[in-house]
Amino acid sequence: MANSGNQPSFVDQGNDFDISDKTMAPHRRLTGQVLTILTMVFAAAVVMPLLWVLVSVFQKGVSSLVFPDIFTKLPPPPGLSDGGFGHAIVGTLMTLGVGTLISVPFGIIAAIYLAEFGRGTKLAYFVKFSCNVLTGVPAILCGLFAYSIVVTPLGSFSAFSGGVALAVLMLPIIIRSTEEALLLVPNELRLASTGLGATRFETVVQIVLPAAVTSIVTGVVLSVARASGEAAPLLFTSFNNNFWATNIWEPVATLPVLIYFFSILPYKASQSLAWAAALVLLAIVLLFSIAARYFSRRKTF
Amino acid sequence: MTSADPSTRLTDHSLEKQTSPARVLDVGFWGLTLLLAISAGAVLLWVIVQTAIAATPAIQEFGLGFLWGTTWNPVTNVYGVLPQIYGTIVTAFIALLIAIPLGIGVAIFLTEGFAPNWVTTPIAFAIELIVAIPSVVLGIWGIFVLIPAIKPVFSFLNTYLGWIPIFSGNAAPGNSILIVGLVLAIMIVPIIISITRSTFEVLPPYLRNGSLALGATRWETILRVLIPAGLSGIVSSVMLAMGRAMGETMVAAMLIGNANRINISWLRPGSTITGLIASQFGEAGRTQVAALMYAGVVLMILSLVVNILAEIIIRRFQNVE
Repeated sequence: MANSGNQPSFVDQGNDFDISDKTMAPHRRLTGQVLTILTMVFAAAVVMPLLWVLVSVFQKGVSSLVFPDIFTKLPPPPGLSDGGFGHAIVGTLMTLGVGTLISVPFGIIAAIYLAEFGRGTKLAYFVKFSCNVLTGVPAILCGLFAYSIVVTPLGSFSAFSGGVALAVLMLPIIIRSTEEALLLVPNELRLASTGLGATRFETVVQIVLPAAVTSIVTGVVLSVARASGEAAPLLFTSFNNNFWATNIWEPVATLPVLIYFFSILPYKASQSLAWAAALVLLAIVLLFSIAARYFSRRKTF
Repeated sequence: MTSADPSTRLTDHSLEKQTSPARVLDVGFWGLTLLLAISAGAVLLWVIVQTAIAATPAIQEFGLGFLWGTTWNPVTNVYGVLPQIYGTIVTAFIALLIAIPLGIGVAIFLTEGFAPNWVTTPIAFAIELIVAIPSVVLGIWGIFVLIPAIKPVFSFLNTYLGWIPIFSGNAAPGNSILIVGLVLAIMIVPIIISITRSTFEVLPPYLRNGSLALGATRWETILRVLIPAGLSGIVSSVMLAMGRAMGETMVAAMLIGNANRINISWLRPGSTITGLIASQFGEAGRTQVAALMYAGVVLMILSLVVNILAEIIIRRFQNVE
């Protein structure tokens, strides 16, 4: 349906009847042509911002991207130039690491229930519904949530609390993609495994999960890509830090938050660091997304 | 739940009694998955309840008056979010105004065979990539690239269409409600496209063929048969997009100008709930944190209503299929 091959041909040359659009009432033909051109213009208009963003981030970012300074140096004091944002890259990895460690096992095991044991039950319906709604919950509210369950009790901003906020964001994506991946595994495999005397635990762990592993990894990579670009939930959880952070109980700088803070500073040097950080972040996120899409095309079954 | 009870199933299907450790592992695993599935379902509830608890001091102090108060003054501890609610709704409205026709048009372009695959595939791919652009990157792009580039357009609107209230005001277009609406439109168009597209793709082929056989043109088929038939899918995509637009934070925080008043003019700065929380939370005192949490609860309710409606519409639509 998505391609032109399925469209009926309006011109049938072997016939006496001319049913091509030339015999159509002019206003009908014209409306169609105008609308067709309009959708093409729309398609171009939708793709244009992507190209515009990519080109400007590349142009502005690449000039201030000094290797290896961006990985090894700290940002300069306000007003001065040079420096890098290595600490923010480390901080991003820390918050993402915490988020992934919490949400991946949690999400995969919960999805196993939805796809394997509780298929079609009321509980599964409720969990799926709740996950879908959770996907739509604004990211900043995940930050408020993590603030009130981690930052307030511990009394300090921390990489850990940022990870908790990201985990809430990632969880529904992982659950939904894992569930879909498991549902794609043919039922014959489960029956064969059970028929050979395997328990359900053995069936799931040794047969079903390995069969679905590519799709599950795709979902995990997508969720990491989504989380790595989020600044809003980190503003008041991992907060910011101008120095190298050493443990997950301290505030850390992350790339998105650094871009936000530096872009609204009135100093040229800070702004160009923000652009360089934007280039690095965009490259990471797009690479992750493209990789995930590439893997998702390679179907196991 | 009885059919999923492990003990009955195992005895039903196994010829011999399972060895004990394997059985314990099996039942334990089943229990673990059940437990985590319940917890995953409860996370949403936990997020709602926890935010509400954190907001309790402010809810008790300001009550419902918070919703129509127009001052936000940390010094005197007087808080109201009407300008922010207004800004949230208006920016989402502008975004939808732009994104709905674009989204539906592009979805039609991609599904109804107006271009060969080698044209539509890269376009579809590019649209998917827009979703991946971090909002903070769109924010910095908005500040340093889009605002300078679009300034002439804004002055034009202001000069020639200034008699319309939404384009009135001083011609100092920079951070403004309209710019946020524009960038939000870029962010939500892919949502509308992808859901509308899959809606069109699952419409039964006889609708299309029947209409064409009756002599309708391709566009008459699209406008009078396919769009009405897929309306529930389109509506739910619009709802999801609206939820996304209302909850988007960084674009609003960086581009709206955080002016704590209700401006009728779209060319003037405004404020949104998300922008307010993002810009004030860092240096907030105790009461202000509670007030910001209260603002978060308001945002939560707005987005829950929109998202749950979208979910219900999608489900109803799926049942029809």
